[in-house]
Amino acid sequence: MSTVFAKSVPGREGVWPEKPRTEPVDFIPEGLLRGRDANLPSLSELDVVRHFTRLSSKNYGVDSNFYPLGSCTMKYNPKFTEEVAALPGFSRLHPLAPQLPGGGDMVPGALEVMYETEQLLCQITGMAAFTLHPMAGAHGELTGALMMAAYHADKGHAKTKIICPDSAHGTNPASAAIAGYEVVSIASKDGIIDPEALAAVLDDQVAGVMMTVPNTLGLFERHLPRIVELCRAADALLYYDGANLNAILGKLRVGDAGFDVVHLNLHKTFGTPHGGGGPGSGPVGVSERLIPYLPISRVFKDEAGRFSLRYDYPKSIGYVAPFYGNFGVMLKAYAYILRLGGEGLTRVSENAVLAANYLRKRLDDLLDVPFDRTCMHEFVASAERQGKNGVHALDIAKALLDRGYHAPTIYFPLIVKEAIMIEPTETESKDTLDAFVTDLREILALAETNPAAITAAPVTLPVGRLDETRAARAMEITDDLG
Amino acid sequence: MPYIPHTPDEVREMLDVIGAASIDELFAEIPAELRPKSFDVPPGLTEMEVRRRLERLAAKNRTDMSSFLGGGFYDHYVPSAADMLLARGEFYTAYTPYQPEASQGTLQAIFEYQTAVARLFEMECANAGVYDGGTALYEAVMMAVRHTRRKKVVVSEAVNPIYRIVLATYTKNLRLTLVTVPHMRGSDDMAALTQAVDAETAAVVVQNPNFFGTIQDFTSLFSTARDQGAVSILSGYPVLQTVLKTPGAMGADIATAEGQSLGLPLSFGGPYLGIMTCRKALVRQMPGRIAGRTADASGRTGYVLTLQAREQHIRRQKATSNICSNQALCALRALVNLCLTGEEGLTRQAALSIENAHYAAMRLCCIPEITLLNRDLPYGNEFTAVFPINAKKIVRALADEGIVAGFPLGRYYPGLENALLVCCTEKHGRDEIDRLARKVEKAL
Ligand SMILES: Cc1ncc(COP(=O)(O)O)c(C=O)c1O
Repeated sequence: MSTVFAKSVPGREGVWPEKPRTEPVDFIPEGLLRGRDANLPSLSELDVVRHFTRLSSKNYGVDSNFYPLGSCTMKYNPKFTEEVAALPGFSRLHPLAPQLPGGGDMVPGALEVMYETEQLLCQITGMAAFTLHPMAGAHGELTGALMMAAYHADKGHAKTKIICPDSAHGTNPASAAIAGYEVVSIASKDGIIDPEALAAVLDDQVAGVMMTVPNTLGLFERHLPRIVELCRAADALLYYDGANLNAILGKLRVGDAGFDVVHLNLHKTFGTPHGGGGPGSGPVGVSERLIPYLPISRVFKDEAGRFSLRYDYPKSIGYVAPFYGNFGVMLKAYAYILRLGGEGLTRVSENAVLAANYLRKRLDDLLDVPFDRTCMHEFVASAERQGKNGVHALDIAKALLDRGYHAPTIYFPLIVKEAIMIEPTETESKDTLDAFVTDLREILALAETNPAAITAAPVTLPVGRLDETRAARAMEITDDLG
Repeated sequence: MPYIPHTPDEVREMLDVIGAASIDELFAEIPAELRPKSFDVPPGLTEMEVRRRLERLAAKNRTDMSSFLGGGFYDHYVPSAADMLLARGEFYTAYTPYQPEASQGTLQAIFEYQTAVARLFEMECANAGVYDGGTALYEAVMMAVRHTRRKKVVVSEAVNPIYRIVLATYTKNLRLTLVTVPHMRGSDDMAALTQAVDAETAAVVVQNPNFFGTIQDFTSLFSTARDQGAVSILSGYPVLQTVLKTPGAMGADIATAEGQSLGLPLSFGGPYLGIMTCRKALVRQMPGRIAGRTADASGRTGYVLTLQAREQHIRRQKATSNICSNQALCALRALVNLCLTGEEGLTRQAALSIENAHYAAMRLCCIPEITLLNRDLPYGNEFTAVFPINAKKIVRALADEGIVAGFPLGRYYPGLENALLVCCTEKHGRDEIDRLARKVEKAL
């Protein structure tokens, strides 16, 4: 399908405002002006509507396809939250308004939503306080790492290292490095953190240990109490990557379990859609001892129940975002939490774990599951066995696309060969899960009898497998044809 | 339970397959001592109840005021078709396009978005966007630091002060030296900036129009930077870019921007869009996702995420950035908005905004004792007016009249307590501006 630039017809009228009475050159010297076209498209409204409607039909999304993409929690996102976030009383608010004299009075409803959301997240996680500013999970990790640094520096003992298990999501070590830390990786044992391996590297230069619970293999970290003990003794802070919180709502509270910092991915656990890559929202919760370091600004509620923003926190790490984070995303999560309530959230995790274990059992004669025990919200199978026929996890993924499923995660975790990471979520019906098993069964049977049929996939989509090497070499990243 | 489809019978069947007696058994791995002491999240509500509650909260906010508040975040008109197209679940319920064959819609849109912003800024390369304009500027500085292996960063004080605080927050532990060059009555001090750029400098960072609204040409500064081996970074304003001399034409190496003005609601600060563009020589330092054009085995054109070896899921702690989820849907919105308004529409938006701002400045400056902070240099859709009294007093007085008069600069620029930043867009009518002037006069 040609690009929107190739469709442009100079002079065709779009959604134009009225003609100005003046020209910019009446006010601004010519030397400071552009003086030539930007070559943006000139199209009718219908041209544009049709172009993007057609593009949309070339996508799989949760609304149209089962999307068991492990680690990403691609569950159904309720529609009413979209309307809530678009209410003009929220969407028209200027972010600088609270900084005006008397400006707090222009936005009391927004401040109340922020305050309430922080309170709800505290109740859900058992943390002492939250900031809503980070705009995605990785941004929350960086915020957390900066707070850990501020804490140790304030205690007079700046430290240099952060420990991440080898099963950690790639953003964990990347965030720690960007915050200025040296990253120490530890090998997992039986799919989880080995306390002995941790103890061996836990010296007095370790500022913190980053964990994901359940970890990226979908396994609960059984040695958690021992790990907490070790970290306490070494004055290392314990960080919880909460991207997988969908597994433990109502079953484990991060704060009660002894963690100092947690980030949540509202765009996973709390029902906000992923948008084809964002926007997300990655609030960070902290234990009592890290409160002074939270980013500025913070929402404050006075005795009379009035809300305001406060900026005077001398020990704060500063501003991780210009304003209050992705407010529009947070609104959807707030509405989602109110809708489900405590019991609903607990059911979310129960059913997410139920579905994952159901699929794990139904598939266990077909695929190897390296750490085959009760999983949490997801599990990681391996297509190593299929390799003897020349069929790889990638091929199975592509064959699933042909049958109308988005593929599971296959590029990660790096510690399982030919990983197939499956996360069904709580919102998919048993019928969908059963149909998925049937189709996967058929694919794996074909992998034995006619592997070429699998390695040729996909054949039903707008394009077949694309040449990534050519893309990297040619580096055609803008349209010079249209 | 809403959104959870399993009936009790189905739950039973699933448990039987698993071989578990109850759902609780599935959580046996979590030691009893770690089970929550409490989980007192309030009980759930119906959809109608939640909506009512949020409608009530939304109604407490004041959005009926006539507003001249900008500061980098602007209320431009958004075509209705943009909202309709963005509501398509095929776009907004997809994940990052890891499986390109099933994500050609998202990928082609990213490619088109990259093209549109690269053309706007006349730069060679663009990525799929980062969180917002502030973090885009920080990422640009880190690109320069990696590229030059130098540690000194020269920043004009006329760059958005909030962005400068964000930059300071992120670089605190990285042993960088941030040198802030003071502004001169709302303009960038070219001589001082040029002098500050030396052979140790990783980057020089400016904004156009700057935070005061002033428009300048940075060609000569950027040329000095090039001679010194430093990277030139310009933070711009996309709507005006159809009209203003571009960062590319001035010789910038990296241009960033807050993309909010391209069709995103103000939404109390987010979600917004960090636009990042650069020269080819720097593209491997650029963070975030990049879509590239390629073909399948039968020669059909398609799009993939490319240069992924820069990213955290491959490089872990050696990645160019930790960014993973970004603002993809906001980038799509910006693209759709650009296509709907088109070249002519966007140019008109810019021209109307500039026209309205000049009308407003003219009306205000007719009032005795009100002047412009900088009377020599041109401005675009935003200008800084200086009053005989504290600008906060003006803002307070006009708030009572239902007008947000602008942004008082004293908060970030000590000494400029009497200065007010006033912005216009194509949405302001002349009568609205006349009313602003009348009420300001009354308040003095
Ligand atoms: C376990 C884990 N940690 C962190 C992240 C990063 O979150 P985000 O993409 O919102 O930055 C993700 C999501 O990709 C994840 O799955």
